Amino acid sequence: MLQLTDYDRALLEGERGPGAQMAMRIIVRMAGVFGAERLLDITAAHIDSTIFMGDATLEYAERLAGLGARVAVPSTTNVSGVDEHGWTEWPVPPDWAEKARRQMDAYRRMGCIPCFTCAPYQSEPRPAFGQQIAWGESNAIAFANSVLGARTERYPDLLDICAAITGRVPAAGLHLTENRAGQILIRLDGIPKALQADDSFYPVLGHLTGKLAGEHIPVIEGITVQATEDQLKALGAAAASSGAVALFHVVGVTPEAPTLEAALQGRAPLSSIAVGMPQLRAARLELTTAAGDGLDMVLLGSPHFSLAEFRQLAPLLVGQVRRPRVRFLVTTSRAVAALAERGGLLEPLRRFGGQITVDTCPLASPMLPPEIRTLMTNSAKYAYYAPGLLNTQVVYGSLADCVRSAAAGRVVRDERLWSD
Amino acid sequence: MQGRVLVAGEASAQLLYSDAPLSFWGGYDAATGEIIDRRHPLSGQIAAARVLAIPFTKGSSTTTAVFLEAVRAGAAPAAVLTATPDAFLSLASIVADEMYGRPVPVIALAAEDFASLAEGGIATIRGDGMVIVE
Repeated sequence: MLQLTDYDRALLEGERGPGAQMAMRIIVRMAGVFGAERLLDITAAHIDSTIFMGDATLEYAERLAGLGARVAVPSTTNVSGVDEHGWTEWPVPPDWAEKARRQMDAYRRMGCIPCFTCAPYQSEPRPAFGQQIAWGESNAIAFANSVLGARTERYPDLLDICAAITGRVPAAGLHLTENRAGQILIRLDGIPKALQADDSFYPVLGHLTGKLAGEHIPVIEGITVQATEDQLKALGAAAASSGAVALFHVVGVTPEAPTLEAALQGRAPLSSIAVGMPQLRAARLELTTAAGDGLDMVLLGSPHFSLAEFRQLAPLLVGQVRRPRVRFLVTTSRAVAALAERGGLLEPLRRFGGQITVDTCPLASPMLPPEIRTLMTNSAKYAYYAPGLLNTQVVYGSLADCVRSAAAGRVVRDERLWSD
Repeated sequence: MQGRVLVAGEASAQLLYSDAPLSFWGGYDAATGEIIDRRHPLSGQIAAARVLAIPFTKGSSTTTAVFLEAVRAGAAPAAVLTATPDAFLSLASIVADEMYGRPVPVIALAAEDFASLAEGGIATIRGDGMVIVE
């Protein structure tokens, strides 16, 4: 039975206005779904509901804003449906752009921070270890829980904004210590250190992890190289695409997994799976759907490109130019784009013939010209969703492979780290 | 079989079953109800107005927005049966109720009951969570 506080009841009875009342009504109904006995306070939110999917998501945002709802905690915004100031460079239907901008405005009116990025942890204040938050966007959820050790349930679009408006969430799921124990043990076996240190390893490991874990919490044991934040970001984004992974532990790397015992909270795992090169090679093959070496576009930045990734990319571009028929797009946030510009990291991209999109990405905005049939990317998330959402073929490769391929005008991949 | 009511409602329609989880974002066309995840066993099937049985939703948290769009467009399933209490589908249905007064019944079944849906048939969902397949 759900116990409500005086504050909760006041919202539910409309004492803070009809917008907060509607948000609290949804939170309380969801507490029933979660089987929660109480609500708990959150200190921050990340709003994935900013993604424009059509009239319904716009009507929802404008309903809440129109009813006077305002966020009660600092609330960052996820990508929207349009690059607000750059959409005319692409064939985005004007009607779509107008509605997506209206939806951005509705979230601004509710007091959200207009950063419009799927990787708020790269430019906005980060939640601390143990902090209770309500984050949407699957990759951001995985990053906040796993890499930062903050605590969020896997909040879906439409619910995250209700949590932000009320400052309350059902006390359930990953907010509670006992639900954060690892459940599926993935033991890496015989993975060369050179591959572990390579960026192309983590999206593949993440893709496989998501498939093996499903909706359970995976624990990965056997990483012997210190992974970077961008590598962990890629791992989480991939696992949250192929599976419902909202929290993963990497023994010796992520903060709730100093040891295997700590990651499992002393319990036995539901299952233990050995993963070697054969499974990883198979997972890597799954991320490519295209046959042949034809290429129309290189697409980087899902999750949004970080400053560190721009630093990695810039030297690879120097002295090269893309083939005219291969477009080269990097998606990132306004804040990171501004920092990269100041750091001189965008000039090499422009000389190469590359473009930047902020606020959104081609998965959330209908911006790609129809002649784009084959994409190449270093992102498992782009690789996973492109065939269904964009109706394109896709090729997965490393960042260096992507640059080389754009310059060559056809898919070129360095297979040395992955071959027998 | 008796399920747990996550969002109450009544429906009766042909079952569309898979034991593979689905992301509605990138997996469900909100205008037509077609399953468009080309890696999913139900790829190409139309789930609109059918009783969709999937174990749980995976992947993107935008699944709920796609489901809400599908309700608005009249391309949502008639009901959803899952093997675990699925917060995404439940939330989407609750918001569909708030916005349009059109909740989609969402019922969680025990694992063995869910698996029995593989045989197909017409599923009738009652308001108390009773599911009858014939």
